[in-house]
Amino acid sequence: MRYLPLSQSDRHEMLATIGVSHINDLFKDVPKSALLKEPVDLPNHKSEMEVDREMRALAGKNIPAGSVPFFCGAGAYRHYVPSTVDHLIQRGEFLTAYTPYQPEISQGTLQALYEFQSQVAQITGMEVSNASMYDGSTACGEAVLMARRVSRKKKAILSGSLHPQYIEVVKTVTKFTDDVAVFNPVDTYAVDDLIAQIDDETSCVVVQNPDFFGNIQDFSKLAEALHEKNALLIVVVTEIVSLGAVRSPGSMGADIVVGEGQSIGNGLSFGGPYVGLFATRQKYVRTMPGRVCGQTVDADGKRGFVLTLSTREQHIRREKATSNICTNAGLCTLAFTIHMTLLGEKGFRHLAHLNHAKAVMLADKLSHIKGVKVLNKSFFNEFTISLPIDAAYAIEKMAEAKILGGVPLSRLYPDHENLKNQMLVAVTETVTEADMDLFVSELKEWVKC
Amino acid sequence: MLNNQGRQTDVGTASQQTSNNFTTHSGNRGLEQDELLIYEIGDTKRTGVDLEEVWDFEPRLGGVTRDNEIGLAGLTEPETMRHYTRLSRKNYAIDMGLYPLGSCTMKHNPRLNEKVARLPGLGDIHPLQPISTVQGALEVMDNLAHWLKTLTGMPAVAMSPKAGAHGELCGLMAIRAALDKRGENRSIILAPESAHGTNPATATLCGYKVKSIPANKQGRVDLDALKSALTPDVAAIMLTNPNTCGLFERDIIEIAKAVHSIGGYFYCDGANFNAIVGKVRPGDLGVDAMHINLHKTFSTPHGGGGPGAGPVVLSKALEPFAPVPYVIHGDHGFELVEHISDKGDSKDSFGRMTAFHGQMGMNIRALAFMMSHGADGLARVAEDSVLNANYILASLKDVMTASFEGPCMHECLFDDRFLHGTGVATLDFAKAMIDEGYHPMTMYFPLVVHGAMLIEPTESESKQSVDQFIGSLRHLVTEAKAGNKELFSGAPYLAPLRRLDETLAARSPILRWSKPENE
Repeated sequence: MRYLPLSQSDRHEMLATIGVSHINDLFKDVPKSALLKEPVDLPNHKSEMEVDREMRALAGKNIPAGSVPFFCGAGAYRHYVPSTVDHLIQRGEFLTAYTPYQPEISQGTLQALYEFQSQVAQITGMEVSNASMYDGSTACGEAVLMARRVSRKKKAILSGSLHPQYIEVVKTVTKFTDDVAVFNPVDTYAVDDLIAQIDDETSCVVVQNPDFFGNIQDFSKLAEALHEKNALLIVVVTEIVSLGAVRSPGSMGADIVVGEGQSIGNGLSFGGPYVGLFATRQKYVRTMPGRVCGQTVDADGKRGFVLTLSTREQHIRREKATSNICTNAGLCTLAFTIHMTLLGEKGFRHLAHLNHAKAVMLADKLSHIKGVKVLNKSFFNEFTISLPIDAAYAIEKMAEAKILGGVPLSRLYPDHENLKNQMLVAVTETVTEADMDLFVSELKEWVKC
Repeated sequence: MLNNQGRQTDVGTASQQTSNNFTTHSGNRGLEQDELLIYEIGDTKRTGVDLEEVWDFEPRLGGVTRDNEIGLAGLTEPETMRHYTRLSRKNYAIDMGLYPLGSCTMKHNPRLNEKVARLPGLGDIHPLQPISTVQGALEVMDNLAHWLKTLTGMPAVAMSPKAGAHGELCGLMAIRAALDKRGENRSIILAPESAHGTNPATATLCGYKVKSIPANKQGRVDLDALKSALTPDVAAIMLTNPNTCGLFERDIIEIAKAVHSIGGYFYCDGANFNAIVGKVRPGDLGVDAMHINLHKTFSTPHGGGGPGAGPVVLSKALEPFAPVPYVIHGDHGFELVEHISDKGDSKDSFGRMTAFHGQMGMNIRALAFMMSHGADGLARVAEDSVLNANYILASLKDVMTASFEGPCMHECLFDDRFLHGTGVATLDFAKAMIDEGYHPMTMYFPLVVHGAMLIEPTESESKQSVDQFIGSLRHLVTEAKAGNKELFSGAPYLAPLRRLDETLAARSPILRWSKPENE
C-alpha cells in the first residue's frame, strides 16, 4: 500500500521493542465485543490509476461551468483565477502545514494571513479583519452573535433581501440561545423600512449589498439610526468583487462586514470550501470570533507575526469563548490573498468595472426580449429578471441545450408562488458576448412557447 | 552560465567563522531569504493580470460608487511568484518532516486527491446548477456518506458541517432538537476534564451548561463519578474516544448505557478516529452522534489552518433531526433535499448550518483517500498509527515520564516530571525540537497532566523516520539533564525567526498594515 511506509519486518521489530506479539495486543483496551474480526464491508485498496479513473467517471456525469455559457451566481461566482494562484497554494509548505501555532516555523502562513487581513480591511473599508471564517453564511451567523456581545441586547433584525440561506443559518445559530431574530418578508429591505423597526432592544440590523436580488443601496442613514440606539450595522457582501466599484460598507458606517471571499482566488467547487470574510472596528476586536494574526518582534528584534488575542478563543476560554470556531479557511485565504496581490488596486478596479460592463450589456440584451423584464434599478454583476413562464422550467430546458442560464428564485424560495417566474442572472468577466447571444436566443425560444 | 570547471571548492577554503554569527548585507542567510510585505514591495499601480479593455457604458450602480483609492498593493506575476515562494519556505510542513502534533493527525496528503478535486467536472460546478447537471457530484456525496456510515456502523450522516467544531454544533443541535421534540428541557452536558476546548464552547452555543467529569488514575473517565453526575437534567455526554490522553475509554459501552438509561445522548468527539478506523465501529459502542474530521483521519490537507470538513454520523434516534441539505435517491437519480418541509422526512430537521451543501472539495479528497486505502488499508492505517505511537512510548519511557500506563492508541502522552530540577519547561523543550528539525508536539494539552507533551506520529512515518525522531528526543533529554539550559531557553536558534514576543502582540495589537504616517 503506497501510503504506508512500515514493512512487515518493521512491524515485527517494533512490536518486539514494545514487548507484545500481536498488533491487537495494542488494542486490548477496546471491549472484545467491539473489536472487528473481519474487515468492514467496503472495497479493498485500489491503485492510483484506478481511483483516478473512477473519479473521472463521476466528474463526467456533471456539466462543468467552464464548458458552457454560464450565468449562475446567488452567492457563488465563477471568476477567472490566474494559474499562479493554484500553483502557489499547492506548494507543500503551505498545503501541508498546520495552524501556525509555532510562529518561528510558520512565518509563511502568518505573513500571508497578515496580508490577507490587511486586504480584507481595505476592501471592506473597515479597521480590522480576522484570519477568515468557514464561509460567508457562517460568518454572518457569527456576526449576529457578536453584535449581541457588543450591544448587550438580543434582537437582530434581518433584511428581507439577505441571501435566504444566510437567513437560514442565522435562524439555526440563534435557535437554541435566547437571541431574538426578526426575519423580514422578502420585499422589506429599503433603508426607511428597516429604520422603522429599530427599537431599544435591537442589537443589530443585517443587510446585504448588493442584495440577494442584485440591488445596491447606501446604508449610511441606517447606520446613523442604529448608532443612535447603540446598535450595530452588519453588512453582508456575497460578491466581493463588487467592492472594486461599489462604495465600501465601512464608509457607510458599518460596524461589522461579513463577506463570501470565494470570488477571489477560489473556484466554485459545488459550494465549498469557500472563505468567510469578517471585518470590524478596532474597538470591537476583543469580542470578534475566529483566529487573528498580529505583528510583533522576535528575540533579536526582527519583525514577525503570531496568532494573537487567543484569550477570546475556545482552547483558552472554553465555555466563555467568543465562538467555538477552531478551523479557518487557511488555504482558501491564501488563494484569496495571492489573487488579490496579482490584481492589486488597478486590477481589482478593472475587474469590477469589466464585470459591471458585461452585466449591463446582458441586461440590455435581455430586456429586449418580449415578455422578459429586468427588475433591478441598480445592480453590479447580477440582476433579477422575470419571465412569462416558470423560471426553473426555462433553466432546466436551457441546461438541456448546454446553457447554464442562472438560478431560479424558486430553488431558494420554494414557498413563494409570486417569485416562481423570476431568476437571478450573473455575469462575470468569464462570459463572452457570444455566450450572451446564445443565452438570449435560447431564452427567446422558451419564452415564446 | 557559470563555468566552474577546474575550480571546485573544498572545505579547506572555509574560514573559522561559524555560521551562527555570520552576518550579511541583505539580511538573507543563503537560501533563507527575508521577505517584506506586499505593501512594501508593490504599489497601487502595479498588476499581475491582463484584462480586456472596458468600453464606454452607462453604469447602473445606483450612484453608490467607490471613488477613493482602496490602497491595495499589486505585484506583477514574477514578483508574486517570488514573494509567496519565499514565504512558503519559512513554513514547516508534513512534506518536510515528522509533524507530531497530538490530536491533529498530521499525515501525508496524497497528491492524487488534489488532482481529482480539480477535475473540471468536480471543481468547476456551481452549487445551484440544475440537479440534472450535477448527478456525479451528488454521487460523490452519496458514496462518501456510504463509506462513513459503514466505517462507523451508524445509519445516517450529515454532510454539511464545515469543520470539527461545526460538526460538534451539528451533533449537539440534533440532540437538543430531539429532546425538545420529547418536550424535555434538560440543561447539562457532561464532559471530561480532558475535553477539547471546542466541546464546552459548542455546548454554550446550544444553550447548555457544561459539567466537568474527573478522570481516574488511569487517565480515563471515572465511571462512578460519571454515574453520580447522571441526573435527569443531563442532555448528553461529550466524550472523545480514544480520549485526549491517547487512551481508549475501556468503559465506553457502559458509559453509553448509563447515559442512555437516564434518557440522555452520547456525543463522541471523533477527532481521534484515526486510531480505530476499520478496527472499531463507534456505532457498536453506543454512540448517538460523532463528527469526523476529514482533515485528520481522511487526510484532506490542513492548509495552514483549514479548510476542514466535519461530517456527523447519527444514530437512528437522531437521524430525523439532521440538518438540510442532504442527498436522497429519487426516481430520476440523486436528489437534494434543501428545504425543511412539513410533509417530508425533513420536518424535524433542526435547520441549515451553511449556505450550499458543505465542503465538496474536501469530500472528494477524502473519498479518493478512502478508495485508495480500501477496507483493508484503512484498518492498516489505524494499526500503523497505533504501532508508531506505542513504539515511541516504549522507546522514550525510560527517559521521559509517560503520564499513564500503556498501551496508548495513536498518540502518546508525556508530562514534565522528567524535566523536574532541570530548569527546562515543556515550552523550552518543544522549542529546542525546532532546532532539531521537528515541529514540536502538542504542548500543555490535555490539561489533566502537568506540562503535557502529546505526540502523534501517524501511520505516514517510516521506522527510520520514527527512530531518528526518538534519537533527537533522547538527545534533548540528555542535554536537559546535563544542565545545558541555554540550548532550551534560547531556542530556537536555527529557525527563520527566534522566539516571538506574543505578549507584545496581544497587548498592543497590530492586525493590519497601514500606510506609514510620514508618507
